[in-house]
Amino acid sequence: MWHLVLKNKEMSGCGLAGIIHTKGELLPGELIIKSICLQEERGNGLGAGFAAYGIYPEYKDFYAFHIMAESKEALERVEDFLSHRTFLGYQEPIPTRKVKTIKNPPLFKRYFVKPKFEGELAEACEDFEDDYIVNLVMEINEKIEGAYVVSSGKNMGAFKGVGYPDEIAEFFRIDEYKAYIWTAHNRFPTNTPGWWGGAHPFTILDWSIVHNGEISSYGTNRRYLELFGYKCTLLTDTEVVAYILDLLIRKHGLPIQVACKVMAPPFWMEIDEAPPEEKELLTALRMVYGGAMLNGPFAILFAYNGGLVGLNDRVKLRPLYAARKGDVYYMASEEAAIRVVCPDPEEVWAPKAGEPVIVEMKPGSIPNQKSYLKPRPREVEEHELGIRCKHPAL
Amino acid sequence: MATPQFAKFYPDFYIERDLDKCIKCKKCIRECTYGAHIWDEKKKILKEDHSKCVGCHRCEATCPTGAIIIKKHPSAFREHANWTPWFIKNIYKQADQGGVLLTATGCAQPFKNYFDHLVLDACQVTNPPIDPLREPMELRTFIGPKPSLVEVEEGENGKFRLKKPLPRNIQLEVPIMFAAMSFGALSLHVHHGLARAAKELGTLYNTGEGGLHASLYEYGSNTIVQCASGRFGLHVDYLNAGVAIEIKIGQGAKPGIGGHLPGEKVTEEISKTRMIPVGSDAISPAPHHDIYSIEDLRGLIYALKEATEYKKLVFVKIAAVHNVAAIASGIARAGADAIVIDGLKGGTGAAPTMFRDYIGIPIELAISAVDKRLREEGIRHRVSIIASGGIRCSADVVKAIALGADAVYIGTAALIACGCTMCQKCYTGKCPWGIATNNPELIKRLPPEVAFEKIYNLVRAWAHEIKEMLGAMGLNSIESLKGNRDKLRAVGLTKEEMEILEVKHAGE
Repeated sequence: MWHLVLKNKEMSGCGLAGIIHTKGELLPGELIIKSICLQEERGNGLGAGFAAYGIYPEYKDFYAFHIMAESKEALERVEDFLSHRTFLGYQEPIPTRKVKTIKNPPLFKRYFVKPKFEGELAEACEDFEDDYIVNLVMEINEKIEGAYVVSSGKNMGAFKGVGYPDEIAEFFRIDEYKAYIWTAHNRFPTNTPGWWGGAHPFTILDWSIVHNGEISSYGTNRRYLELFGYKCTLLTDTEVVAYILDLLIRKHGLPIQVACKVMAPPFWMEIDEAPPEEKELLTALRMVYGGAMLNGPFAILFAYNGGLVGLNDRVKLRPLYAARKGDVYYMASEEAAIRVVCPDPEEVWAPKAGEPVIVEMKPGSIPNQKSYLKPRPREVEEHELGIRCKHPAL
Repeated sequence: MATPQFAKFYPDFYIERDLDKCIKCKKCIRECTYGAHIWDEKKKILKEDHSKCVGCHRCEATCPTGAIIIKKHPSAFREHANWTPWFIKNIYKQADQGGVLLTATGCAQPFKNYFDHLVLDACQVTNPPIDPLREPMELRTFIGPKPSLVEVEEGENGKFRLKKPLPRNIQLEVPIMFAAMSFGALSLHVHHGLARAAKELGTLYNTGEGGLHASLYEYGSNTIVQCASGRFGLHVDYLNAGVAIEIKIGQGAKPGIGGHLPGEKVTEEISKTRMIPVGSDAISPAPHHDIYSIEDLRGLIYALKEATEYKKLVFVKIAAVHNVAAIASGIARAGADAIVIDGLKGGTGAAPTMFRDYIGIPIELAISAVDKRLREEGIRHRVSIIASGGIRCSADVVKAIALGADAVYIGTAALIACGCTMCQKCYTGKCPWGIATNNPELIKRLPPEVAFEKIYNLVRAWAHEIKEMLGAMGLNSIESLKGNRDKLRAVGLTKEEMEILEVKHAGE
């Protein structure tokens, strides 16, 4: 029996792999399969997954909803919901193969949708569309029992489930896809076997996260995100990371480098020694975003339409390696997992604690490309930040 | 025939003197400020008046031969679950005198102490505990309003910088501050000790409603000055002396009433500091007579901010009462930079016993409720929450922060560090330990250096313990503990209590 939701917060150790082509050329699925399968010892067969970018060029302007459902009825409820709230461009079951070891998998279907606004809202900007989609995802996850949104970004998708990485790759026919960014995960959870929703990657819009670690600050982070309307329904650390990225980078317009300093901030003794402007910024980040700081051991890879980022916790309690050859960058929990697909990298290094490895594609490489290296100033309105002005009942 | 004084028949304590050890040096007579030790000139022996003993243990502690032990008086009433000696004796006192029962410190009734029903978490296997001896462990805390987001821009050199400076905040190196205790209630020596300890520890102490003695202005950057209903010692230099001004609306030990410093305690120095005549009673009214509603509070907050050119933070201190969450929300909207919530167990130098013991709600429930309310209304970032009242150890501090407080105040704990034995007679002005008195002879018993050293040591030790507990939980910074209910589990609480505290039961 497998589950979509958990009663208690889960914990796990893991293996990670990620590959990006900075000119947007498509890389075959075998590469990522090889890299993650080499790290078999880092998982225990209770979860694996892949995220692939650039796999739906024909529907590149549609949000691709990958839905996991425990029954036809649940799937129908999702379909009904989507048909009311979106324009449905195309839908199909996600192709799968039969795998001996995977018994009674949930149902998987993908829907290519655009937001359906009513009345004046029809001429909404892209950010508004993204907010709309985030709300849809939250609603499906929270309200439709037995259904769960695996991914919801444009021209990308996540594939995940219970099994070893080779089994999940076989099941989802990963070898048949080509992508310009790949990430993969091999999971070693300490509890709750058979939890399909708990496999990585976790996604929101085109953000996808694979994560090795435990966020000891989970309780603080979850409460912090609730202030901004994010509902952490899955009780995993990784979900929290996905929402923090969305909040900091997409909604608050912070550049990735700065967002990484929020999640893995330098220690005060380093901040106090920094030049005045930097000190002022780092102090402000810690004062305002204390609730978004990720405390505890972690290594994460996160990707979006245009980049791949690797980040370690502030004292580096989990492994992470990076390498480059030509236009391709590799990241993984082990150097061997890189060398198995790229035996002769030009550079290979272990990023320092809290220092992100940020790889963005060359501008204009792919459709709907995003770049988050610069601050994106925007009109900050109170309602955007979830601040309701309710008068106190005195 | 004189009317019998029943209360005197049944003393609380029993002074046991070992005559073999006693050398008749009479030190006990000199040390006891209540006259419980008596020299019998005829018989050349020391005698005791047990009814005068308050149980402060001063004689026992200072007896050079260790000849004295203070015991609970063995005389017993017939057992009765309802009519315990406490109630019987209180009735005798009131029948004898016809007055209000007076006491000190915090609530002495055995209400459920929620801190004692909460246990903390630690890492095992899946994530590593962090060793504070080897890794940095951060307790730095900022008190004051924060925006909900940071705006960043690119500087000329391509580096990112802050677009707008943040509102003024106070930086604490340890999330423990010293609660308001006035000069008058306490000796000037204790105030010097608190001020110096605050400075050395990187935290704040609070003047209480007694004004600021001229010799303490040098500790301004570690001072919170208080503005209470009596406005004693309040002038513009005083308001500008510290880094924050605390408007005291109420106090956990006596919600709904003011304060009273008896004229006997108003000495020359206190008279100067409080700006009242020597020997006159200093009576703080129950309400601020310029605050009869929330908009009046807003008026006072901004009057103080105007008077200090917006350079000082304004805290508002309230007692935790039934409606604390709604009141706190109003205070946040009225423009306060921090809300101090003083719980049922909060201490005092003088309060009617009924108020101390039965009015207000426990701080643990209040913090959780206030934090929740401010979050629901989306204004939590606009104010800091300071929890006060009944914080007895560093684990209480950790629990208070995990329940949603930004920092805590300690009062009683700091006094116990100075030697207080909790005899609960602060209001007499006779404190034999030289803490809650301004008798020029008695204050010599606690020199400022000793007060400083003890208070400093206590907070240093607690800070170390907090670091150890954080490390065990896998955290290396205090902000990751704030509101982190995952780190708490309840043992022996009802479903309702756990809902209010937002914690799960142990085993869940």
